[in-house]
Amino acid sequence: MRFELTPRASVAPAMRALAPVLAFITAFLIAGLVIWLLGRSPVAAFQVYVIQPLSDPWSIQELLVKATPLALIAIGLSYCFRANLWNIGAEGQYVIGAVLGGWLALRTHGTEAGAWVLPAMLVLGILGGALYGLIPAFLKTRFGVNEILTSLMLVYVAQLILDYLVRGPWRDPKGFNFPQSVTFDPAATLPTLGEASRVHYGTVFAVLAVLVTALVLGRTLFGYRLRLTGDAPRAARFAGFSAKNTTLAVFAISGGLAGLAGISEVSGQIGQLQPSISPGYGFTAITVAFLGRLNPLGILVAALVVALTFIGGESAQILLKLPLDLTQAFQGILLLCVLSADALVSYRIRIVSRGGRK
Amino acid sequence: MTADVSSSQPLVELKGISKRYGDLLANDHIDLTIERGEIHALLGENGAGKSTLVKILYGVIEPTEGQILWEGRPVAIGSPVEARTLGVGMVFQHFSLFDELTVAENITVALSGNWTLSRVRERLGDVSRAYGLALEPDRAVWTLSAGERQRIEIVRCLLQNPRLLILDEPTSVLTPQEAEHLFVTLDKLAADGCSILYISHKLEEVRRLCRSATILRGGRVVGTLDPRARSAREIAAMMVGAEIGEVRSGIPHEPKGDMLEVRGLSLAPADVHGQALRDIDLTAYAGEVVGIAGVAGNGQSELFAALSGERTVERADIIRIAGRACGTEGIDARRRLGAAFVPEERLGHAAAPTHRLSENTLISHAAAEVSRSGFILLNAARRLAQGIVKSFDVRTPENDPQARKLSGGNLQKFVIGREIIRRPKLLIVDQPTWGVDAGAARLIRQALVDLAGEGSAVVVISQDLDELFEIADRMAVIHQGHLSPLRKVTEWTKEAVGLEMLGEAQLHGASHAV
Repeated sequence: MRFELTPRASVAPAMRALAPVLAFITAFLIAGLVIWLLGRSPVAAFQVYVIQPLSDPWSIQELLVKATPLALIAIGLSYCFRANLWNIGAEGQYVIGAVLGGWLALRTHGTEAGAWVLPAMLVLGILGGALYGLIPAFLKTRFGVNEILTSLMLVYVAQLILDYLVRGPWRDPKGFNFPQSVTFDPAATLPTLGEASRVHYGTVFAVLAVLVTALVLGRTLFGYRLRLTGDAPRAARFAGFSAKNTTLAVFAISGGLAGLAGISEVSGQIGQLQPSISPGYGFTAITVAFLGRLNPLGILVAALVVALTFIGGESAQILLKLPLDLTQAFQGILLLCVLSADALVSYRIRIVSRGGRK
Repeated sequence: MTADVSSSQPLVELKGISKRYGDLLANDHIDLTIERGEIHALLGENGAGKSTLVKILYGVIEPTEGQILWEGRPVAIGSPVEARTLGVGMVFQHFSLFDELTVAENITVALSGNWTLSRVRERLGDVSRAYGLALEPDRAVWTLSAGERQRIEIVRCLLQNPRLLILDEPTSVLTPQEAEHLFVTLDKLAADGCSILYISHKLEEVRRLCRSATILRGGRVVGTLDPRARSAREIAAMMVGAEIGEVRSGIPHEPKGDMLEVRGLSLAPADVHGQALRDIDLTAYAGEVVGIAGVAGNGQSELFAALSGERTVERADIIRIAGRACGTEGIDARRRLGAAFVPEERLGHAAAPTHRLSENTLISHAAAEVSRSGFILLNAARRLAQGIVKSFDVRTPENDPQARKLSGGNLQKFVIGREIIRRPKLLIVDQPTWGVDAGAARLIRQALVDLAGEGSAVVVISQDLDELFEIADRMAVIHQGHLSPLRKVTEWTKEAVGLEMLGEAQLHGASHAV
């Protein structure tokens, strides 16, 4: 016996819209079962995971803070994934963006450098991420090296570079030997949106990136080029789109946005360089991109949902003594449910008995 | 039936085998007998039904009608596994090997039963020695040449002691030396009693190897004969059909300036299954249809890629379009010079299957008014798609459907219409009516002729000789990457074309001096 997926002749638009909702409900049911098996109350967990963060203004701010890098990186990744190119190294591009932008903050530390510092830092952040993203792209176009492997391995290189810098040359001399840099000057700090808020300008960048991407993917020849490259590579070549240039472009864009996320997080949120500047945003953003079905607005929503699981997961750890791994497991379950729902909407499962003849 | 003197029963007999795909009868009551220890050739042009017949014999597809007798006993071959159990081995034209594994590993993973790596290694030595199939068991496959890879496939079959070995166009990827080596092996195998079904369209090698041949045309057996006893001319005529096609009556064209000029085009193949192009000269004048005939796999797709600019050549002046040297320029630049192209593959090459027709107009965006300064003009694209649908009678299941929802004929009308509707000065089409129903084929041919009539140059690469005789003004034949001189269609006979297609023209003096 085996299963076969046969495409459905037509798909009701209502079904397509309903699919993610059903996927969410299924994911919550599965997660509830797991929590119940762990001997905790699923209802209490739901309360802690979902209701509580959404009913508290502080956690709503926190939600936006966490969703910002996720959305920025995932939007960038959607360019790659649409063209069927697999940038798995956004985490590394994020780190290098933070390093290059952070370098300027440290260079100008304690000087009277003016308002130019912050924009220059952001530009350097984008540049750093883009150049770092171009390494796997170049290796692929020039030597045919698989971009999945190189982009992933470069993550560790980036993390170790950062680690070396903050333990070595960039360490704060007055920092009691803690592996961290000096705190950035106000001129090198990304301002928050309003007084006493934790939400910084990175959120604005994320929203801008979503809007621009929606325009680019839906209305421009470049957006069509990515779709065509992903859906029918030979047709893309026939259309005169060079696969090489497409690869370089999407890696530069996704690296640049990851770099922007990195420098925004460091200058708007952390305020200094330290060995760890990300709880794995670059990897989680891959989930976010697919949860959002590579659609810019979908990605925005998905980033908020995944950020919620981050915050809920932290509270659940404190209040219910649930392991933090459960949060990651839940993100995985959610992704599987959404992808399965998508597949089931467009395909029908057929069970074929042995051999499948006739 | 051949008057074979073998007293024993034949190994395999196919009786009245038919295979129907919708309206298409791919095999039409085929009878075929293979004696023990004989090398039997299955000859025919592409699309003659050879592959279908062989797949039936190897259990890949089920016949609609007919009977298979194995040593006189009726059998149903339900799957390749059943075929192998019966004693049928098959070497496909395209290899199925894991590049990263060694020779011995590749063989072991493919064998069913209790084969271990050490036993394979041991038997590999025996088989290699017995049949001159030298193979190093521990070499990784990616380091091997095409000929050596084929040996792996053959050895893999031989280890299962087949009674019947089927080889599908085995020499298409081999050098002449490797091919000769293969023939020696096959002779030895046959001498040991293994029957061989040898599929080919190369007359020369069939005459070298086989004493009996079955010739297919249009899904039917047109003859079973001894290829050594008949002239190449006679066999070629049987393969391509002897009757001369209806030559289109039209006004004789005055050459009005060349739209396409190719001088000394040579190009290395893109991969092992590709065909190199050798020193091709080709001119197409405004107002004429130039036909390029040939059996598939003789360099047609490479020629299309080089003419369209999907692959560029090293010197600009090798290819001129509308007088401009453009050999080093890509497909967009050539489109802007007024050229248009339609590749052989409709889905995936000419059109993106999951994209709507309006989006598919963007594929030739460089020359169509569907974008402005990088932005897509959605309404213009929709209007253009509708215009194509209307003028080329494209039947669609809904308004602006995805390309994959169209039938082959309708999609072909669309992709050809997409190019013709902007009146290109030069149109290059690869297999314009391949797998298309008769009605659509007629409409497409008419559109091509009309375009030439309006003063454009049209180059049609086609395997369909009747089609070329119907619409072309001048014609050449491509064989192993070399193009014969262009001559007026009225100066060609089908027989002469057939000989060129088989590479026999020089041998028989039926044609030209190169």
